[in-house]
Formats: sequence, C-alpha cells, structure tokens
Amino acid sequence: MPKITYIQFDGTESSVDANPGTTVMNAALDNLVPGIDADCGGECSCATCHVLVDESWMAKVGQPSVAEESMLDLNPDRQPNSRLSCQIPVTEDLDGLVVNLPEFQY
Amino acid sequence: MSEALKTSDIVLDPYSIPLDSKFNVAQGPLFEHDAHWAYFDRLRAEAPVHYCDESEFGAYWSVTRYKDIMEVDTNHEVFSSEGGIVVADQDEDFELPMFIAMDPPTHDDQRRVVSPVVQPINLAKLEGTIRSRAAALLDDLPLGEEIDWVDRISIELTTQMLATLFDFPFEDRRKLTRWSDVATADEDMGIVESEDQRRAELFECLTTFTEIFKERQVKPGNNDLITMLAHGEATRDMLERPMEFLGNLILLIVGGNDTTRNSISGGVLALNQHPAEYEKLRKNPALITSMVPEIIRWQTPLAHMRRRAKVDTVLNGQSIKAGDKVVMWYVSGNRDAEAIEKPYEFIIDRAKPRQHLSFGFGIHRCMGNRLAEMQLRVVWEEIMKRFDFIEVVGEPVRIRSSFVKGYATLPVVLHPKK
Ligand code: HEM
Ligand code: FES
Repeated sequence: MPKITYIQFDGTESSVDANPGTTVMNAALDNLVPGIDADCGGECSCATCHVLVDESWMAKVGQPSVAEESMLDLNPDRQPNSRLSCQIPVTEDLDGLVVNLPEFQY
Repeated sequence: MSEALKTSDIVLDPYSIPLDSKFNVAQGPLFEHDAHWAYFDRLRAEAPVHYCDESEFGAYWSVTRYKDIMEVDTNHEVFSSEGGIVVADQDEDFELPMFIAMDPPTHDDQRRVVSPVVQPINLAKLEGTIRSRAAALLDDLPLGEEIDWVDRISIELTTQMLATLFDFPFEDRRKLTRWSDVATADEDMGIVESEDQRRAELFECLTTFTEIFKERQVKPGNNDLITMLAHGEATRDMLERPMEFLGNLILLIVGGNDTTRNSISGGVLALNQHPAEYEKLRKNPALITSMVPEIIRWQTPLAHMRRRAKVDTVLNGQSIKAGDKVVMWYVSGNRDAEAIEKPYEFIIDRAKPRQHLSFGFGIHRCMGNRLAEMQLRVVWEEIMKRFDFIEVVGEPVRIRSSFVKGYATLPVVLHPKK
C-alpha cells in the first residue's frame, strides 16, 4: 500500500498506508490526520482540502485540472505547489508522497 | 413591523394543489408562515428539477435535491451568475454590479482583492474585539423579563461586527443595518415606502462611503475593507465606477449582516425546539465547534441562489434552455435525506457538520464562511458563560421573503447561570 506522509503546520508528521483508488484527502480523513476540512466531501468545490505538495513530488503528482485551478485561485495563500487533496488519486506511483498542510483551511 | 399575520393569500398545504407548472415556491408569505417545508418535500420527491412558468418573478426552474444543487453550483460555465443571483430580477435602470453576480474572469479579479480581509491572520485580530464587544453587550441585558433577542442581540452584534470590518464610525453603526435592510427590501416588505426612497437611501450609502474611501486613499485605516478597496490594484479606481462601488459595498454589508444576524437568532430557536440538544450543550460547551455549522445548516440564512443557463443543457433529465432562470433552493437541499442523515433534526455533534449548502459551493462559495463561523462561535462561548437558558417565550415573526430566511422578532427571557 502506498505510504503518504502529512506534515502539519507545526511540523508534526503522520504517515498513513493508503489504498490505491482513494484520494489524498480521504486517506487523511480515514486515518484521523487533522488539518484537512473537506467541507464539500471531495467535489472540488470548497477548497478546504488544500495541501502543499513537497517540491520533489511535484512532477509525479502533476498539474491541477481547470476546475481545480479555478478553486485554488480563490485562496489568497495559494502557492505554486498548492493542490486540492481530493483531486489527487492515490496510486502505487505515489508511494512515499509527502504533503504539507497549510496553517488554516478556508 | 408587518401587519397581523394573514394566511388568506397562501395555500398552506401543497398536496391540496396540482404539481404542475403553476406550482410556485418563490412566495415570500410561504416563508413568513414557515409553510415552505412541505412544498419542498413534495418537489424533492416528485419533481426535483421543476419548471414554474408563472410567478411574480417570471418563469424559473427550481432545483431542490442536494446533489443537483451541487451540480449547478459547481458548473459556472453553464450556469452563469452574471446579472443577478436571486430569483427576482434587478431593476434594469438601477443595476448594481457586484462580484457575486459576475462570472470569471472579472469575478476572480475582484474577489481576489477583497478576500485577504478574511485571511486567518485578520480573523485572529478581529476575534478579540468581537469577544469583548459581545461580552459587554451580554453583560448589560436584563434578566428574567421578556426582551426581543433579534433587536437587542442579533442585530446589535452583527452591526458592531460590520462597523469593525469597515472601520466605520462606531456611533453611526445602525446606518449599516439600515442600508442592508434597504438593499434587500422589496416593496411589500414594509421596509421602504417606494423604489424612489430605496434608491435615495442607497445613494446616501454611496456618498458616505465615497468620503471614507477618499480619506483612506490618503490615510490607510486599520486592516479594513475600504482601505483594501482603496489600495487594491483592481479596485483603487473604483470611484470612477460608482455603481460597481456601491454594488460591492452592498455585497459586503448584506453578506455579513442578515445572514449572521439570522444565524444568531436561529440558534436560539433551534435549541429551544430541541431541548435534549440544549442539555448536551450545557453539559459540554466544547460542542459549540460542531454546533455552529449545524446552526448554519438548520437555519439556511439564504434560502436560495439563482443562476441563468448560458446554453441548452440537461439536469436530472429535464431540458433547460439557454436563458432560463435556475434557482438552487439551499433550504431544500439542506433537508434532503439522501445527503444528510435525519435532516429535520438539529444535532449539535454531527460527524460532518460542514457538509451543508448554506454557503454554496464552487467559485462563489461564501467568502465570509470562516468569519461567520468564528463570530457565532465567540457569541455562543460568551452566551454559555452567562446563561443557563435563553427561553423562547413566544412565536418569532418571520421575514416575508423567499431569499433572506430569518426573523424580525424573537421574544425571549434570559435565565442566568446558577
Ligand atoms: C452564516 C452566514 C453567511 C451565510 C449563510 C452566507 C451565505 C452565502 C452564500 C449562499 C453565498 C453565495 C454562494 C453561491 O453563489 O454559490 C455567499 C457569498 C458571499 N458571501 Fe456569504 N454568507 C454568510 C456570511 C458572510 C460574511 C460574514 C461575509 C463577509 C465577509 C460574507 C461575504 C460573502 C461574499 C463577499 C460573497 C460572494 C462570493 C463570490 O461570489 O465569490 N458572507 N454567502
Ligand atoms: S474536499 Fe472540497 S475541494 Fe476538496
């Protein structure tokens, strides 16, 4: 099972084993990793599942879709490595993925 | 306020009339009498995407299931906000442009300018002021006698909050409330006498804020919205487009006013109607965190938002034509048992309390949603420190509108903590 590491804003790390087919958002919620609100439940329509993808993983994770881009764009704290975690499917390729959580979701 | 409740002008039982193209939910009196629920239950079950060809606002589609509402709200390429977001059309010669009623790219540009005001760092700064003002207000209330919760607390708290957001002269703060009421009033609500009066008052709002804007161009204020507009790249020349300036002002005033006000009142009513939940809260005030989004779902302060189809499209089997008005009834989606467990119950410790439609979803999702939650949390924390029971002692008077869902009065008696 692919392992995903979430780094909280205060530096605390949690690693979880995620099922391929789930999303980086759901893997966090299923394992009670805090810091992701996911108000819309994964519909790409609330932007409260914001994560910052570790630079070395950017290429593998890929680019946001047009719809995701328009949601990310609303966030004044948006960074070049910002993604919505409900839009990142977990695959074997992402085994070892590291994402950072922002200070707040909104 | 409004004259004595009349029920003669509405049909209370929707099952007593045919569900055809005359079936019309966009009637203020239905909401005033709290009689809209069964209408929406029937639509969700029998005609979830329904066309009404005749109403005081013209023809419109009603979308009533959670899932379908989500589809409309997230599909801004097809369902446009341009030109208006309520079922009623704006007067064509008095159109107020605001980004809630714009599509990308203008929407995104303008929202980007004002959205920093709700960044967490600013919310943290505001929280202290809100708490101390709320505490002072609550300390001053008479105990054991009937008072109007709406006027004494809900309106006053949200007005103070607005004054803080705009850094508006504190002693003139009730002007903000008045402008908000006037902006959303239609003629039969009894708030203004005529359309001319309405416009005159809104122009006064424009003039007042134009002066403040000019002041802040020279001398920036303290993290307030007007300073941000006066210096933001996309908005600093806004005085050249006075209607757009007025539109954005009204958006920010109304956005943060009625909605929060009616959530503060709604929470008290909900707890009175669900005494076991009130008891849960007394035992464990930490539940305020999950209670706040539940209040916002239960109340649904804005009953609907409207879109217009840009192209012919199909939604849940119904053919919608380009140009048709499409109304998303959040008030109905928030009672959809397919999406929310026991939707008619008020449950302060739901597992996913934020999964509701009250803030909308997609690119127009409420910009103030975390601010609204913070205000309500602070207010309830201060309430629970002081009062054992806010007892509702009479029927609330509800607002006659199918858009702003709320209360004109709510009589209560306060019982202090023992
Ligand atoms: C419980 C309180 C509130 C409720 C229920 C509420 C509800 C909503 C809804 C339904 C929308 C439109 C969503 C859509 O079209 O899809 C919206 C948009 C908006 N709200 Fe709120 N709101 C609340 C509080 C606030 C506050 C406190 C502010 C102050 C900053 C605010 C500012 C806005 C703005 C600026 C928009 C336009 C966003 C856009 O078009 O991009 N709201 N709100
Ligand atoms: S969960 Fe809402 S956008 Fe990802």
